[in-house]
Amino acid sequence: MSRYETVIGLEVHAELLTESKLFCGCSTEFGAEPNTHCCPVCLGLPGVLPVLNRKALDYAIKAALALNAEIASYSKFDRKNYFYPDLPKAYQISQYDLPLAKKGWLELKVDGQPRRIGITRIHLEEEAGKSVHSGESIIGSEFSLEDYNRVGIPLIEIVSEPDLRSPAEAHQYLERLKAVLQYAGVSDCKMEEGSLRCDANISLRPVGQAEFGVKVEIKNMNSFRAVLRALEYEVARQTELLDSGTAIVQETRAWDEGRGITVSMRGKEEAHDYRYFPEPDLPPVVIDREWVERLRSELPELPGPRADRFVSQYGLPAYDADLLTSSRRLADWFEAAVQEYHDAKAVSNWVMGDLLRLLKAEEKELDELPLTPGHLGEMLKLIDDGTISGKIAKTVFEEMFHTGKRAADVVKEKGLVQISDEAELARIVETVIAANPKSVADFRGGKEAALGYLVGQVMKETRGRANPGLVNQLLRDRLSRQ
Amino acid sequence: MITREQVDHVAHLARLALSDEERERMTSQLNKILEAAGKLQKLDTTDVPPTAFAVPIQNVFRPDEVRESLPRDLVLANAPDPERGFFRVPRIMEEE
Ligand SMILES: [Zn+2]
Repeated sequence: MSRYETVIGLEVHAELLTESKLFCGCSTEFGAEPNTHCCPVCLGLPGVLPVLNRKALDYAIKAALALNAEIASYSKFDRKNYFYPDLPKAYQISQYDLPLAKKGWLELKVDGQPRRIGITRIHLEEEAGKSVHSGESIIGSEFSLEDYNRVGIPLIEIVSEPDLRSPAEAHQYLERLKAVLQYAGVSDCKMEEGSLRCDANISLRPVGQAEFGVKVEIKNMNSFRAVLRALEYEVARQTELLDSGTAIVQETRAWDEGRGITVSMRGKEEAHDYRYFPEPDLPPVVIDREWVERLRSELPELPGPRADRFVSQYGLPAYDADLLTSSRRLADWFEAAVQEYHDAKAVSNWVMGDLLRLLKAEEKELDELPLTPGHLGEMLKLIDDGTISGKIAKTVFEEMFHTGKRAADVVKEKGLVQISDEAELARIVETVIAANPKSVADFRGGKEAALGYLVGQVMKETRGRANPGLVNQLLRDRLSRQ
Repeated sequence: MITREQVDHVAHLARLALSDEERERMTSQLNKILEAAGKLQKLDTTDVPPTAFAVPIQNVFRPDEVRESLPRDLVLANAPDPERGFFRVPRIMEEE
């Protein structure tokens, strides 16, 4: 056990799924030609008037409700002033002292027990632009190229309490936060497209000490895995410093993915003087109960409650329920498949096993597949009635996954019908016994494992089509005779 | 009272390079402005709630509809140094 306790807080930015930007009508579409989604408002030209996108506000409120936060009845926008080339106005419209929502929480499972992580605040703000480095090498480049398409896309910032106690908890928090925002339908949370980003604060303190240690802020983590690795690195780095009696410096550090280390960004924290002041161009927002309740009623069943229901309604282990509800699409697919087949655990095994494995290997999304929950249901029935073995079903499933053919058709076309004919199998058993005298002797000498090898040989002879239960029985019968 | 150091700080935040003469002038001008504001501070506002907005309006929204953006040549019309459709600017030094 470490002598230090890790304390982590996360700051997450998620882009909202609106069609147009937060304060102007420019498109939010990803991947357009540089500087083609810009107008006088988002470019910060003089004399323009920003007007708040109603849907962005609704989405932000929905996100806050899904995170169990209290919605402010009165909220306003503020200007956060700083100079950076990705910020054409030289200020970002954000929210300072009156954020949209406060005091939420997100539930994790730590060692099988529920654990609530506090959420300090959730506020609405606008995106900055994107800087591309010019020239062949980053080192030699004297210029940055600025694309302002992203400027003004609506973001929510979600700040957690320093309640996370390990890098693994931080990772789980992100996974669950992403699931909640996706369920609520307010963000697609694609870290690779930058629509979800995360900065972390991390400090260590001696176990039992009440006050926090000196915290370090970590930036530039571009995947959930990077967050995990950066935090693990930082725990090790700070532990070593503390062990050697060296004080931790309060600073911002950047994660260097290539080298797998964090590096100090000295000088950056000097004068974080944003001189916030109320945005005079945007009138305040007043939100009444009725509005909040209407949005609450539009939220679907969220992943936490849904996982609990999967356990109680389908009798699934908590592990299955958590995994299946990690995305709304997956959970919907599972529930549709359970409508087609009575045994929820069998469905769960196929979904968590072969389906997820193939999706990952083929880098596909569920909704791109020709495979439907009905396909799986029909296939499971073919196993039950003995038409195919569980092993052959894997082949059938893979074929259905790629082609969308029905299970019965795949079995017919590929000649995959299970061999349950005793006479035919007995013949093959004889051949295998004759060809493997050593294994036969081993088994008779008491080596149970030798049987498995012989079963495997029969399977090989029949290209996996032999009824495994029957083969087992036939082999045992035959071997017990001399 | 605003000090010369505060003027330097604000000038740095605003990326302004002030000459010594400007610095003196700004310090005295800013002090005059603060003095004027100081008169308002003397008013009794105990029963007046603070407000950030002069006009009593709230909840002004627009629907989430895409409108046409500016043609790119207009977007870049004021850019001193455009390159391949981007705004080209001096590189930001990332301290290490
Ligand atoms: Zn715009």
